[in-house]
Amino acid sequence: MNILMRIKRYNPEKESKPYWDEFRVEADPIDRLLDALNTVKWTMDGTLTYRRSCAHGVCGSDAMRINGLNRLACKVLVRDVGNKVTIEPMLGFPVIKDLVVDMDPFFDKYKSVKPYLITYDSEPGTERLQSPAERARYDEGTKCILCGACTGSCPSVWGNPDWVGPASIVNAHRFIFDSRDQGGAERLGILGQRNGVWRCRTIFNCADACPRGIPVTDLIEQVKRAIVYGDTMGE
Amino acid sequence: MYYKFDVVIVGAGGAGLMAAMQLPNASVAVLSKVYPTRSHTGAAQGGVAAALGNQEEDHWKWHMYDTVKGGDYLVDQPAAEILAREAIDAVYELEHRGLPFNRTEDGRIDQRRFGGHTRNYGEAPVRRACYAADRTGHMILQTMYQSAIKNQVRFFNEFLVLDLLLNDGQACGVVALEIRTGEIHTFHAKAVLFATGGYGRAWGVTSNAFACMGDGMAIAYRRGIPLQDMEMYQFHPTGIYKVGVLLSEAARGEGGKLLNGKGEYFMERYMPTLKDLAPRDIVSRCMIQEIKEGRGVEGKDYLYLDVRHLGEKVITEKLPDITDFARNYLGVEPITEPVPVQPTAHYAMGGIPTDVDARVVIDPQWTPLPGFYAAGEVACVSVHGANRLGTNSLVDLIVFGRRAGKRMAKFIAENSHAPLPPEPEDFARKLVNTLYSSTGAESAARVRSTLQNEMDERVFVERDDSGLRHALDTLDGLQEVFQRVQLQDKGKTFNTEMVEAIELGFLLECAEATIHGALARTESRGAHYRTDYEKRDDVNWLKHTLAYKGTKTHDVRLDYKDVQLIDDPIFKPKERKY
Repeated sequence: MNILMRIKRYNPEKESKPYWDEFRVEADPIDRLLDALNTVKWTMDGTLTYRRSCAHGVCGSDAMRINGLNRLACKVLVRDVGNKVTIEPMLGFPVIKDLVVDMDPFFDKYKSVKPYLITYDSEPGTERLQSPAERARYDEGTKCILCGACTGSCPSVWGNPDWVGPASIVNAHRFIFDSRDQGGAERLGILGQRNGVWRCRTIFNCADACPRGIPVTDLIEQVKRAIVYGDTMGE
Repeated sequence: MYYKFDVVIVGAGGAGLMAAMQLPNASVAVLSKVYPTRSHTGAAQGGVAAALGNQEEDHWKWHMYDTVKGGDYLVDQPAAEILAREAIDAVYELEHRGLPFNRTEDGRIDQRRFGGHTRNYGEAPVRRACYAADRTGHMILQTMYQSAIKNQVRFFNEFLVLDLLLNDGQACGVVALEIRTGEIHTFHAKAVLFATGGYGRAWGVTSNAFACMGDGMAIAYRRGIPLQDMEMYQFHPTGIYKVGVLLSEAARGEGGKLLNGKGEYFMERYMPTLKDLAPRDIVSRCMIQEIKEGRGVEGKDYLYLDVRHLGEKVITEKLPDITDFARNYLGVEPITEPVPVQPTAHYAMGGIPTDVDARVVIDPQWTPLPGFYAAGEVACVSVHGANRLGTNSLVDLIVFGRRAGKRMAKFIAENSHAPLPPEPEDFARKLVNTLYSSTGAESAARVRSTLQNEMDERVFVERDDSGLRHALDTLDGLQEVFQRVQLQDKGKTFNTEMVEAIELGFLLECAEATIHGALARTESRGAHYRTDYEKRDDVNWLKHTLAYKGTKTHDVRLDYKDVQLIDDPIFKPKERKY
């Protein structure tokens, strides 16, 4: 099928502000949208710039705004977007060039919630024990690929770039609710502050945008409850 | 800019990060051409093998045996011993760092079956693969990156390394392109580790990420370092038809089976003991045989992976990601339908030759190149020999990544910085400037797709003399056309067209070593199956290929190195049966 791709372009070496560019591309309905972008880059305009790596939705490189929603270009198929598709860089991130945004602030926020196992006990000679139920308690957050689709879809992030944002909270949740971790109180202290969980207005854009199907808003609510009620292990 | 560190690690996948963790008191820079969490380690699905014995009796020596036999005896046996022994501790280290393994009812790390892993030297499949659903690699990558943040490791993200700096026979740094700005930087170091991964993008149907372009192998090769056993390239039996996205062997570990067009579970006919859990080289070859004999689905070049009988609960709980892939990319529902699959380019057993401490060794006498290390898929230890077992890639990363880090810690304590060579950035600048100024009007994308088609056709599961010679001719032509590749993007900011062209140059180098090695090896062993030499030939070919780049294009010198065997009758090379 023939599709019209409207792509928001910006090259800081040439333009003072973004503009819209259009390409007509022949594509198979079951091609990934990433394949169509590659067709443009490899046969029409080599200057078109975007990130990509694994091409099957696990590395998180190619999150972008596709027909108004944040999606991974390698998980959306051509047949899903129809004959005309609009592609922009994600909102809420500084644009470097075309569809490439600056992810450094995103990773800085991620780091701020201490996204690593904190323990004060000495390590056993083998594995620490954890029951299947305890393991299941934080399973959802372990799926996160740090693509930024949730954070870039959040109006609270658009309004306040300093807010820690949904992806960071998901990754804090992953450790707060891990029975092996002993840093929950530290993280809840960080997330209880002005730019912590309370700027979440439960808009649910994040959960809708997540390419891994993580119930992001629900996890954020669980962290809020943990702060208020001190309950990190219950459902 | 000029940077100075004790250690420079190139690549932020499992091996690179594991090495970085061993150097808490050194100044370390980790350079990655992507953000670290985009590394291809994250795509590994099924598991990481270690003889923990959590589910049933198991021993590291059984794991070692399976590794040696799985590799069709081209494995260096002392290295396989280290792999199998140290896997146990390395998996516990991952757990201590927080990796969310699936658990048994009594809270231990759960384990499942995987291809080629057996109990008691080949008797029956054994539960050895430790796993986190079907995203084990993702969890290793996330856990190691999280540990790196905790340890405040210094990252240089989106830096593409262009050259390895050598001076007087010693490694002393790298030169890299900062993708965001187009600037060239020199990193001066006492020790350099390449952990840059594989080159699966040399094929069209591949499980590999766009990033897997053979960077580290090609850079070393251009600097006179040999590449070992490059003809040993693995084709995974179950990539999604035409797309190449992998459906983990865990599907077969959980009980999934391959089905031909006539509705037969054909693997039981070929390999009565292990059936669908025979090693990958064998399963892929059986699939090609079925297709050649007209039993592909609808007579075409694909077969089915069938997991329907596992039931919805097992599929949903243990194989969620691959189920999602089948639904998303094929519109197939694995719970009720079989999934179209084909053998898919997957993993390089070969690479930069190293010893068991990840030190790069440059000749048949195992002479080390001081200061230069390699670990992970880029390296050839050789623990995978002629065919890697499923889950052993992740074991390789963590075991030899860790050994690399520990060895470098010792090396930097005993050595000072070697001086940089004069004009260290010359080679890299010339590489970049040639591409900027080229007016040859050739397209890198066309060169790349021609290469991929040729590799898919002639350097695949089965090879022969005439096909390989054809591939070599095609490659010669492409190397020449590559000199005239012209860019449309002449800018400095985030010039991914430049990056892709440089990477294509890397890919051509890897393909060159692969085809030359394959053409010379007149036997069939592991993943290298020659239809004109169908038998393994231990008299003449129980040896590793070393391919050296010549001074002129097309000029490759091959040398050979003995396989290291140990004195134990169990490990004596014999015919491989499953």
